[in-house]
Amino acid sequence: MASVLVVAEIAEGKVKKTTHSAITFAQSAAKAIGGSFSILAIGAGAKAAAAELTGFGAKEVVVADDASLAQYIAERFAPTVAEAAKGHTIVVATASSFGKDLMPRVAARLGAGYAGDITELSGEGAAITYRRPMFAGNAFGLAKVETAIHVVSVRQSAFPAAEPTGGASAVAEIKVVAPSGAAARVEFVGVETVKSERPELTEAKVVVSGGRALKEKFNEVLAPLADALGAAVGASRAACDAGYAPSDLQVGQTGKIVAPQLYFAIGISGAIQHLAGMKSSKYIVAINKDGEAPIYQVADYGLVADLFTAVPELVTKIKAAKG
Amino acid sequence: MKILVALKRVADPDNANKVKIPGSGDRVDTTGLEWKPNPFDEYALEAALRLTENGQQPKTRAGEVVVVTFGPKETETTLRAALATGADKAIRVDATDDQLDGDLVARALKTLVEREKPDLVVMGKQAVDGDSNQVGQILAELLDWPQATFAATIEEEAAGSVLVGREVDGGVAKLRVKLPAVVTVDLRIVAGASVYSTKTARTFKYNEGVRFAALPAIMAAKKKPLTEVKLAELAADTKLKVTYAKFQAPPARKAGIKVKDVAELVDKLQKEAKVL
Repeated sequence: MASVLVVAEIAEGKVKKTTHSAITFAQSAAKAIGGSFSILAIGAGAKAAAAELTGFGAKEVVVADDASLAQYIAERFAPTVAEAAKGHTIVVATASSFGKDLMPRVAARLGAGYAGDITELSGEGAAITYRRPMFAGNAFGLAKVETAIHVVSVRQSAFPAAEPTGGASAVAEIKVVAPSGAAARVEFVGVETVKSERPELTEAKVVVSGGRALKEKFNEVLAPLADALGAAVGASRAACDAGYAPSDLQVGQTGKIVAPQLYFAIGISGAIQHLAGMKSSKYIVAINKDGEAPIYQVADYGLVADLFTAVPELVTKIKAAKG
Repeated sequence: MKILVALKRVADPDNANKVKIPGSGDRVDTTGLEWKPNPFDEYALEAALRLTENGQQPKTRAGEVVVVTFGPKETETTLRAALATGADKAIRVDATDDQLDGDLVARALKTLVEREKPDLVVMGKQAVDGDSNQVGQILAELLDWPQATFAATIEEEAAGSVLVGREVDGGVAKLRVKLPAVVTVDLRIVAGASVYSTKTARTFKYNEGVRFAALPAIMAAKKKPLTEVKLAELAADTKLKVTYAKFQAPPARKAGIKVKDVAELVDKLQKEAKVL
């Protein structure tokens, strides 16, 4: 029978939120192909984390828990994921840095086609296509995967996080497949996490982004607004290129793709590549001195003003409004 | 160190909003857009050049960079430009985009890697036309080589390895991979202190961004070797694993309203959008 396998992302013995978007995809994909879905919990500590995954209506939660999987390394994970994928029709992970790194490697191992960063599934049965943004979001392609197994990754912002539906999926353990030679040549050294009190850019409900117009006052102007809103801070490519903001804040086709409830574009003109990274936001606010800037074509609320006075005033008024 | 860089030309990404989808939806029409190297691949070339030189003496090469592209005859312009920037040799695999998918490109690259025997393959994390982000990972698996994707930093180490800082959600993950390996690069790879060969002092800082070719180098590039290879020579099976049934224009987002001042903005956010 047709079925979907979700590859869960597990870190430090917990299921990462990103996984819930892939589960939402799997629930609808299972219907579209007339089958069921299962979830693979892979990693050291996956057994404990599996309990978090049994309430989503999956037929089965498959567990691959092994000390050799203590850190995520594609070369160690891919063989087991590929083995677990056999017999399924679609294998899916969320297109986080984990999914984007791992899934093409899994596809290659299976000799399967890979459709990455998809935003929608359409069609039924064998005629399924995957809608995916291309050309910086200026075109969408309906991809057909021509192999028996389809390997896909889903854009997190396009699939709302699944909520538990109750019920209890069966849990089955599988053995880890011994990795090939490449794995012996990779050593995980460590992660330098960005320490921030603010939410992660791709997961934040509110994002405050600044452009080149902020110059050296990038932080001075944006930080109070982000603090008042509990928002993540983003930046345009121009602001990053000019050195006003660190590159990892870049929102856009070549940076982070965000779709928060509320997006502030401050001093951002709205280059195509920036719009591609934020135009799925629910509400967009633009503040810019140039009333003709392209950003106003996508903004729900536009304010033409000098941002160095408008933003501090906004901070005061938001604080007052929130009480 | 010998490095193979995969480089794709794409329709001008800064004008990607000008791509058109014909009524039939059977293709993406990029007529009128200038061809540019995929920015991530340009960064890959810059990283490869840094890894094959002493940063203080960039005129003396201390390694070899081979650039490869898949495309028709006119893509040799892109290769010549790469040679002018500093690459030593170029290969064009004769093919058109509609004959290719990421899997086929990776399989053909595998054959080229077996011929050229580089220590490292470097390419952009994705091409900004297809935005697929897959060729490096697929190639690594086919070769049974380690992969380090989305690299922000690469440091060559004496023991035949590279230490790679990978852009991951929420930080940078460091991987040490023994060569040969595949590395795909992200934006920050062209920062001043992001790539070091064993020859370059760790105190040295590059100018941020990619280097440009000087006129004498452009002339000299005309004499550097550029060879053509047929796709079928590299991959016996040219069947695609992913095809496109249709292309669609993105949904238009309606422009909203202009508010007169901050007070009205806060009022709208609170009462209309209900997001405060």
